[in-house]
Amino acid sequence: MKTEIAVKYLRQEKLPFIWCAGCGHGIILASILRAIDGFGWSKDEICIISGIGCCGRTPGYLDFHTLHTTHGRALTFATGIKFANPALKVIVVMGDGDSVAIGGNHFIHAARRNIDITAIIFNNYIYGMTGGQASPTTPVGKIASTAPYGAIDPPFDIVELAIGCGATYVARGTAYHVPALDNLIKKALIHKGFSVVDVLSPCPTAFGRRNTMKGVVENFTWLKENVIRKSATKGKTSEEIGKRIIIGEFLNIEKPEYTEIYKRDIIDKVRSPIKSSSINFFV
Amino acid sequence: MPLLLSGNEAIVEGALASGCRMFGGYPITPSSDIAEKMSLRLPKMGGKFIQMEDEIASLGACLGSSLTGIRSMTATSGPGFSLMQEHIGFAAMAEIPCVIVDVQRGGPSTGLPTYPSQGDVMQSRWGTHGDHPIIVLVPFSILECYTLTIKAFNYSDKFRTPVIILSDEILAHLREKIELLKEIDIKVRNFPEVPPEEYLPFDSRYLVPPLAPYGKGYRFHITGLVHDETGFPTADPEKVRSLQERLASKIPEEEVRDIDVRYMDDAKICLFSIGSIARSALRAVLQLREKNKKVGFIRPITVWPFPYDEIKRLSRDLDVIYVCEMNMGQIVGEVERAAECDVRFIGKADGTIISPGEILHNVSI
Repeated sequence: MKTEIAVKYLRQEKLPFIWCAGCGHGIILASILRAIDGFGWSKDEICIISGIGCCGRTPGYLDFHTLHTTHGRALTFATGIKFANPALKVIVVMGDGDSVAIGGNHFIHAARRNIDITAIIFNNYIYGMTGGQASPTTPVGKIASTAPYGAIDPPFDIVELAIGCGATYVARGTAYHVPALDNLIKKALIHKGFSVVDVLSPCPTAFGRRNTMKGVVENFTWLKENVIRKSATKGKTSEEIGKRIIIGEFLNIEKPEYTEIYKRDIIDKVRSPIKSSSINFFV
Repeated sequence: MPLLLSGNEAIVEGALASGCRMFGGYPITPSSDIAEKMSLRLPKMGGKFIQMEDEIASLGACLGSSLTGIRSMTATSGPGFSLMQEHIGFAAMAEIPCVIVDVQRGGPSTGLPTYPSQGDVMQSRWGTHGDHPIIVLVPFSILECYTLTIKAFNYSDKFRTPVIILSDEILAHLREKIELLKEIDIKVRNFPEVPPEEYLPFDSRYLVPPLAPYGKGYRFHITGLVHDETGFPTADPEKVRSLQERLASKIPEEEVRDIDVRYMDDAKICLFSIGSIARSALRAVLQLREKNKKVGFIRPITVWPFPYDEIKRLSRDLDVIYVCEMNMGQIVGEVERAAECDVRFIGKADGTIISPGEILHNVSI
């Protein structure tokens, strides 16, 4: 990332990153920061919240309100923050196991509410920090430390899951296709409602190494060769697309947002005109 | 004007009077009517109610909203309280104020959903993993459901800690006439005295460091990992020890001590009980006193931290303490640790209350 962005938003004393060589997480982080910088948002209005795992360490490097929560539950804290103070911009970063295994219930309900939170999934198809166990996005047949004979559980398609649950902006990008990722994250961040960007992020250490992609370059080459842009699929048959993973924007619709509905349809309708409390809190 | 309220309703009144403006909840008997009342009342005061997808999420949402400076509460019962333990630990570690109401029902597991118990006494202290401070308040009347909820919010902000109100199915749906307070003593949490660049969210110079709300210019990090004064993870044994020792000492027992002691001056025998069963114990004491028996009564209201020194002092001239509780023997172990006299147990966990008659039947004088 550009030095001025790094200097402006990173907690310098916390560097270097914890992530391994060849990990895609730093690339996604840079993409998020470029988007925020482009909007000119104040650092004081941004909350970035994570769960547990390699991705969970992301907020610690950032000079915002940062919260590193429990495994899978980042969205519950984020919901409380956004609901209590809708003026804050709430970004949640989660891994694949974090978001759709242990946090699956919270993910589907945050999407269902269409609360104005951006969820960015650092999807490396593996539990990296704990040593490479199979996750809900590990492709069938791939080797993981808990799938030594190959994974047999069909993986989640996070894009389809998010759409099915009611998210109103859904996209997929990768840590290789960076300008495209910048664009998707930007659109997700300014979207009003629950937005999801599923970002494929290589994990050479815990995934690639076990799956014939030992080097960093091989991991990124795999992304380059196995991904197709949504725009490039037009006019192509499913056979022509084959097993390639489609990236791009899958859904971008407007629907009433949760905190706005609560205010408009509940508080504004039932609130007593007489001030019921003179307690002076922080807000 | 006095109101005829149930225990659950009194808790709602106490919470609203305390300035609670966020409730995250999930339905569970016998606590659900707290959530129902909050959903009705909060928006009228500009507050927020959200029904979350489970109890883990309920407490997570409360912790999130608390970080923005809003007084937040959730309510549940045994099975949901078990689920909440994960975030009770997070709240203890990250020192986030919140109030959790546990309306106890029979357990373990799904247990006896519509029948009372006092089976969560130890869970309220040690339910989450690791050493952690906690405050647990146990009401025995509808008035106390109200006043202890107010106290719970004040303790929670003052000590930056989760505070648990341990009610039960008896109190939840018992109705008594109470007078609401005209003036409420509200002690909100301390705002940092230093500018943002000097702020340490876990400043070890304080026993309880001030907590800056999100969105007010104080940007800092919070994690459930062991952290140093800045809030960032550390495994440096000295810093880990410093945090653990501060957490262990930040709620002085004598400061939150609240204990109902009656008829102890000349007592040789004492009935010790907490919560709704203390009503039966008190009735038994009164009946024995009518027969000129020298029987006393001890009821801790703040059960955790447990008043060991006070029990030790009070038990010096006693022959025996009978501990009455609606479980198979939980708080009795703590009484045994403290008491300098014999300790006997009167308890059961069959879903029925322990009546004064049952207590009298088991007390030998």
